[in-house]
Amino acid sequence: MTMNPFQPIGRALLNLFAVIGRISTFAGSGMMHAVRPPYYPRIVLRQMVDIGFYSLPVVGLTAVFAGMVLALQSYTGFSRFSAEGAIANVVVLSITRELGPVLAGLMVAGRIGASLAAEIGTMRVTEQIDALTTLSTNPMKYLVAPRLIAGLTMFPILVLIADIIGVFGGYIVAVYKLGFNGANYMQKTMDFLTFEDVQSGLVKAAVFGFIVALMGCYHGYNSKGGAQGVGMATTNAVVSSCILILCSDYVLTEMFFSK
Amino acid sequence: MGNTPKIEMRGICKAFGKKVVLSGVDLDVGVGESVVIIGGSGTGKSVTLKSILGLLTPDSGTVKVDGENVIGMGAADRERINHQFGMLFQGGALFDSLPVWENVTFGLLAEKRCTREDAPEISIEKLAMVGLNADVAYLMPSELSGGMQKRVGLARAIASDPEIIFFDEPTTGLDPIMADVINDLIVKVSREVGATALSITHDMASARKIADRIAMLYEGKIIWQGPVADIDHSGNEYVDQFINGRAEGPIQMAVRA
Repeated sequence: MTMNPFQPIGRALLNLFAVIGRISTFAGSGMMHAVRPPYYPRIVLRQMVDIGFYSLPVVGLTAVFAGMVLALQSYTGFSRFSAEGAIANVVVLSITRELGPVLAGLMVAGRIGASLAAEIGTMRVTEQIDALTTLSTNPMKYLVAPRLIAGLTMFPILVLIADIIGVFGGYIVAVYKLGFNGANYMQKTMDFLTFEDVQSGLVKAAVFGFIVALMGCYHGYNSKGGAQGVGMATTNAVVSSCILILCSDYVLTEMFFSK
Repeated sequence: MGNTPKIEMRGICKAFGKKVVLSGVDLDVGVGESVVIIGGSGTGKSVTLKSILGLLTPDSGTVKVDGENVIGMGAADRERINHQFGMLFQGGALFDSLPVWENVTFGLLAEKRCTREDAPEISIEKLAMVGLNADVAYLMPSELSGGMQKRVGLARAIASDPEIIFFDEPTTGLDPIMADVINDLIVKVSREVGATALSITHDMASARKIADRIAMLYEGKIIWQGPVADIDHSGNEYVDQFINGRAEGPIQMAVRA
């Protein structure tokens, strides 16, 4: 039996392009519905509370421990060449530029991506999405657009809060464990921080929020079969949003800081 | 008016991959008429219904509603057509994040035909039509039994006074008595709102009760249709086998292969 070795490669590649195309059209259609009336302010608000407010504990805990570990680890490193003074600098830059958006993004991908995919997936397999269509409601507009808006807007706010909590975590360890002067530490933190550091983190956050909401909605919306299909959609949503977050993080970092 | 059928299907074909589900369905449903499509599981009854609703796009063929072809029409026109539809889904398909009253008035709210303040009261009216009392309006769908969910689904389907109501296996999963209650309700409410009805079922008791006319779908085609009174002497051996529920006959079930 002869098999063309290029066949499976070609098939995988074509599938990949097909998926990218489908996700792009889905995202485009979702955004188009988000900017065109009718709007659903009530649902947007509910999603904002779900995605934003209820993610605060998870994001806050992640940020505070990330900041604490960062202070501790950089102290170990920097004390070897007597550069302990740079800890405040390292903590604040790492948190605002990278760890804030990425860690918050990954945590919320697990929390929100999974619940979006499971909710919309269940609505799909129980025909609730079809029911929306028969009740003069466009499911893209009613289900997908509000979640995309909520992801896009709430993530930067979450990350801003995570930044503050993360720096605070570093401060606690530096002051109470490593014996730094508190006022001095805060002064150093503010001295080094530029607007661009925070801004780049917030832009990343908006992109990550969009990715998480998009992947949750896309996989849920296209789930097939019963409980198993919904389970698969949930897994795919979380895995794909985590991978996309890490990939786009690199691309965004390149764009911001390579010049 | 006159002899334009409410729904006119011609040559509807639909295949999923290599699996051909519909291979040329022709069916007319007259104004105010109740037509029931019968057929075994997996013969494409749901696909037929979804093709009319625009939830699926047939590979070929036309579906006309009031003489207007709805296949391939734009989103705005589609929405206009869908305004006159109501549908009772097999599992009810109630929105489980919303209370019963909001479920019932969902279509009305979406079309801005009532305000949120008036909605609970309107929903109580509609619930009364399907024999449910006012308390139910403030429950969540998950707190209802299967029969009650069907009734709420029915109330939602008729809430916007549709011209055409679709019933997808309205009695599946219900006990015989509740099934009969639902059948009675379907007959009653379709008369009350004066709607054209198209149902799909494999429950013959239900079909006999709610149909003016019965059509049988087999291997992607309508193989027989006629008034409900003729079903017992259709002269079609496929129909005979189906309505008598015999394992032997021209219809071979795939499970026995």
